[in-house]
Amino acid sequence: MFWNALLLAMREIRRNVLRSFLTILGIVIGVAAVIVMVTLGGGATMQVTQQIASLGSNLLMITSGKRMGPGQNVGAAPFSVNDAVALARDIPQLVAVAPMASRSMTVVYGNANWSTQITGSTNDFFKARNWAPSSGRLFTDSELRAGATACVIGQTVRQKLFGNQDPIGARIRLQKITCEVLGLLEPKGQSAMGSDQDDLVIIPLRAFQRRIAGNQDVNMLQVSVRESASTTRAQAEIERLMRERRHLAENEEADFNVMDMKEITKMLTSTTQVLTALLGAVAAVSLLVGGIGIMNIMLVSVTERTREIGIRLAIGALEREVLLQFLVEAAVLSSFGGMVGIVLALAASMGLASVLNVPFVFNASIVAIAFAFSALVGLVFGYFPAKKAARLDPIEALRYE
Amino acid sequence: MDTTCVPIMELRQVTKTFGRGTAEMHALRGVDLVIQSGEFVAVMGPSGSGKSTCMNILGCLDTPTTGNYLFQGVSLGSLSRDQRAILRRHYLGFVFQGFNLLNRTTALENVELPLIYRGDAAEVRHQRAQEALATVGLSGWEHHTPGELSGGQQQRVAIARAIVTQPAVLLADEPTGNLDTARSQEVMDILTRLNREHGITIVMVTHEPDMAAYARLTIHFRDGLVVPEHEIKHEGGA
Repeated sequence: MFWNALLLAMREIRRNVLRSFLTILGIVIGVAAVIVMVTLGGGATMQVTQQIASLGSNLLMITSGKRMGPGQNVGAAPFSVNDAVALARDIPQLVAVAPMASRSMTVVYGNANWSTQITGSTNDFFKARNWAPSSGRLFTDSELRAGATACVIGQTVRQKLFGNQDPIGARIRLQKITCEVLGLLEPKGQSAMGSDQDDLVIIPLRAFQRRIAGNQDVNMLQVSVRESASTTRAQAEIERLMRERRHLAENEEADFNVMDMKEITKMLTSTTQVLTALLGAVAAVSLLVGGIGIMNIMLVSVTERTREIGIRLAIGALEREVLLQFLVEAAVLSSFGGMVGIVLALAASMGLASVLNVPFVFNASIVAIAFAFSALVGLVFGYFPAKKAARLDPIEALRYE
Repeated sequence: MDTTCVPIMELRQVTKTFGRGTAEMHALRGVDLVIQSGEFVAVMGPSGSGKSTCMNILGCLDTPTTGNYLFQGVSLGSLSRDQRAILRRHYLGFVFQGFNLLNRTTALENVELPLIYRGDAAEVRHQRAQEALATVGLSGWEHHTPGELSGGQQQRVAIARAIVTQPAVLLADEPTGNLDTARSQEVMDILTRLNREHGITIVMVTHEPDMAAYARLTIHFRDGLVVPEHEIKHEGGA
């Protein structure tokens, strides 16, 4: 009986190509939307994860001040170089401890100028970030000790000031001082927060303190933890040591923060995942609307096909055979729509992924879910019209014009 | 009792009432009718005389309000909708005035439709459908759709569809109503041949005395009743 219903359903679909196409259009769009949303969302999540991994997931950032919210650290003494020295000496899990002081400034070369972030630090900065120069070199120990007027620049700064020229050995101006470019860093691309990681100039910390800031402050310490060691334990150690150094009582609130990049990673990936789920849900609604579209067209088609149903019933079709035929028709149509939607979605998400600069991540489970759901939608929304068709009175149906 | 003497169809005091209360309409008011196997019956009568209702009951598309319908001596009083459908697919064939073929579907597919519902295998279906089309003289037209066939040809496809199941009775509702004289005669010749050579009982509703003349027996309906024969003769004189 099922094969007969399938045979009759296929003949009906073939006989009415336009009607069949209109019926599945909603499903095609719904399935395509769901898959595109989830695929692009998955790509974005993966991109965020990759970017954070490129930053170094074993990175800890120590900032001074009480945490008042993101980036708002109020009312606390800055760190000093001695803090960095103490951390490196007392906590063996740490690979690199980079004291950092930064300021936003304009750098000038010839008649080109560019506003960027100037950071004073040590070679530990590169070590912590796992960042090597693509040409030139990093600082020497004597340059760091003496606070030499030399710098290492990122790809964006090179591009803005030098175009395609080789910057190594050139002298750029930062306010009143002139620095020789020693090295050019490898490109890192956009950070997870959307900022350009290559837009920076690094000079020796001592040079920054003396010639730019005019004080001995260190705003931030970047620390990288040995791969094998536990970041959480290192974090606890740092907190203990820093509390001691800053003379905080047991019950006193800390006036500094230790941020774990792993936590930030988790937070950001969960954000993109929530967004993906949200977009997927919106797309799922469109799939549901597609299902209602199937029901509409099927209901109209039951009316339009009243005579045909009358003929079938008169020549001996059973109620359940007509029901099954209509159900199979709906299921075949919607799952075919699902398949078209899948092909369309894969093509669209490949295209969009390259336009939006997001990696294309094929998600087999969402494709399977969307397909199963589209077939289910056909069955559920096909049932009511099918029931209506099967219940028709053959005499009335045959008389229908 | 000899089975050949059992009438293939028999109506006993059949009434059919549509609607309720003041809108009540008595389509049949107690019809007694006996149709013997192998008979060719023409049913005549003005519109609203109850002949269509009677045909629907004979064709198991409808059930009587009161009275009894016996098919080959068996009372059909308590059959369900599905049981009547199974009876239709095995014993009855239908030909309609408006042909009622599935459009955009080939002649062969139209003819094999009842066999699909009966669950016959594909090869059996094709063979039987081709034989039925040959019987009505449409060999070579298997793959034409109704839109590509003339009215007479379409009605012949409809006849092929009705006889493909080798039914005991063929019920035809004004089969020549939409055809010109020449095509009508072709259709009537086929019906006559099916009746004589294949032994199919034929019950045919018609408005035209010319067509009724092909039948061996004519039944007249008036006001929901069968008109007795002596009154017909009287009427014919008037």
